[in-house]
Amino acid sequence: MSGTRNTQVFDLSTSNLRELNSRLQNEGPDAAWEIQNPVGRHALAVGLTQPISVTIDGHAGYYAAGMNQRANVVITGNAGQGVGENMMSGSVHVKGNASSSAGATAHGGLLVIDGDAGARCGISIKGADIVVRGSVGHMSAFMAQSGNLVVCGDAGDALGDSLYETRIFVRGNVKGLGADCEEKEMTPEDLAILTSLLSKAGVTDISPSEFRLFGSARKLYHFRVDNASAY
Amino acid sequence: MCGIVGLFIKNPALQPELGRLTSLMLKTMTERGPDSAGFAVYGSPASGQRKMTVRGITDENIGEFEAGFLKTAGGTADAAKHKDHVVLTYASELEPAIRAFVNSFGHGVHFAASGESIELYKGVGLPEDVVARFELEKMQGTHAIGHTRMATESAVTTAGAHPFSTGPDQCLVHNGSLSNHNTLRRRLINEGLTFETENDSEVAAGYLSWRLAQGDKLDQALESSIGELDGFYTFVVGTREGFAVLRDPVACKPAVMAETDDYVAFASEYRAFADLPGIENAKVFEPEPQRVYHWEHAA
Repeated sequence: MSGTRNTQVFDLSTSNLRELNSRLQNEGPDAAWEIQNPVGRHALAVGLTQPISVTIDGHAGYYAAGMNQRANVVITGNAGQGVGENMMSGSVHVKGNASSSAGATAHGGLLVIDGDAGARCGISIKGADIVVRGSVGHMSAFMAQSGNLVVCGDAGDALGDSLYETRIFVRGNVKGLGADCEEKEMTPEDLAILTSLLSKAGVTDISPSEFRLFGSARKLYHFRVDNASAY
Repeated sequence: MCGIVGLFIKNPALQPELGRLTSLMLKTMTERGPDSAGFAVYGSPASGQRKMTVRGITDENIGEFEAGFLKTAGGTADAAKHKDHVVLTYASELEPAIRAFVNSFGHGVHFAASGESIELYKGVGLPEDVVARFELEKMQGTHAIGHTRMATESAVTTAGAHPFSTGPDQCLVHNGSLSNHNTLRRRLINEGLTFETENDSEVAAGYLSWRLAQGDKLDQALESSIGELDGFYTFVVGTREGFAVLRDPVACKPAVMAETDDYVAFASEYRAFADLPGIENAKVFEPEPQRVYHWEHAA
């Protein structure tokens, strides 16, 4: 984010959303954009493929910054459901709260939420990193496959249900663990990953030592022949 | 889908704006529910008087209906026509007689709601057309709830539009679908309730009215509904004093709330708040599943 680039301003109270997304999707590298008056519209700044920076000045609706590749998107307000869904790379930073399914199915990149995230945060992530400064709702990291979910606050019920290999770091209370999710011993390698993620997310006031690690018990990976009679 | 909104005014100076703001919220929710819309507005009650909203009024039946109503209600009664709805005002003790008159009138006329302060309007069409038809912009009051419908469980009719009112000054709007409404409807019919439609949401409204009639407070009635209602729901429930919000345990139907010193607002999506005064500094949050939120004016 170096520099003296001119920030281009796009006002959604006078221009339309399709035009905005079309222009952002066709930008060259290193452009900087500020989007004014988003007033909760859906599908803001989606499908970006270039390393540009976009600031959404206000609240975003559903699927903000969805399918992001390489771009760095900042939302200064709250985000509706599915923020950063299916992100491949780049970063999305929500300064307020995020609704349900934040970062759903994301393959890569970094999603940072300064406030709380709703239910199903990080559902089915496939490699993305998510750092939530506040708390997450129920069924977070459901069926999450790889990547990391860091929760500085509390986690809701059924955390990590049917989890694969995503690491879940939680600093506060966990209301309940989902099927096949268990607490793990934090190895030096895990701690290094957590330390790096907190640093990348700009979380400097919280020590990595305050977190617990949760992961898959790996009992649901394979069909157990003992259970055959149940079907 | 469906869109639901609610606005509870804390600062009395904002009461003249209730209808205008609710109308803007409803119009923004058109994409979530374009087939029909409805709203309930709660105004200041007049001492010793009650109001009843009736729908199905036409140029052909209005004369006979008004004459019959005034004959039943006597001199001080009033009937204010709003397109196919009419709001009757009459002395409280005449409630059973007026209700009997409305129920027996026929000619497509239906009871919509009654109480000390509720007025309830609904109709088929785009939300902007429905709110314009009834001139919601000009209405004042302490709180309002509204709904834009995308029908899933039953037909697109005025009767199937929300809100549903099944008790005095009570009404409910619903986003979602209930799976055990037939069973519960039969149970409630055995308890003496009557239902106007096959709609699942009317059963939820009826259940809450039944609990309230059994002596529950609104928050208690909603708490007990969590165990009785199976399905998806975000409810907003209006009463004379205020409104309450409840989401099902899975919380798959959206909900967002905004609170300032002047009001509390509810909507399916943040977009609906965009025109509210001072929204940029409001506390905006998502209600948690299974938790009853309610706001009331001092009675």
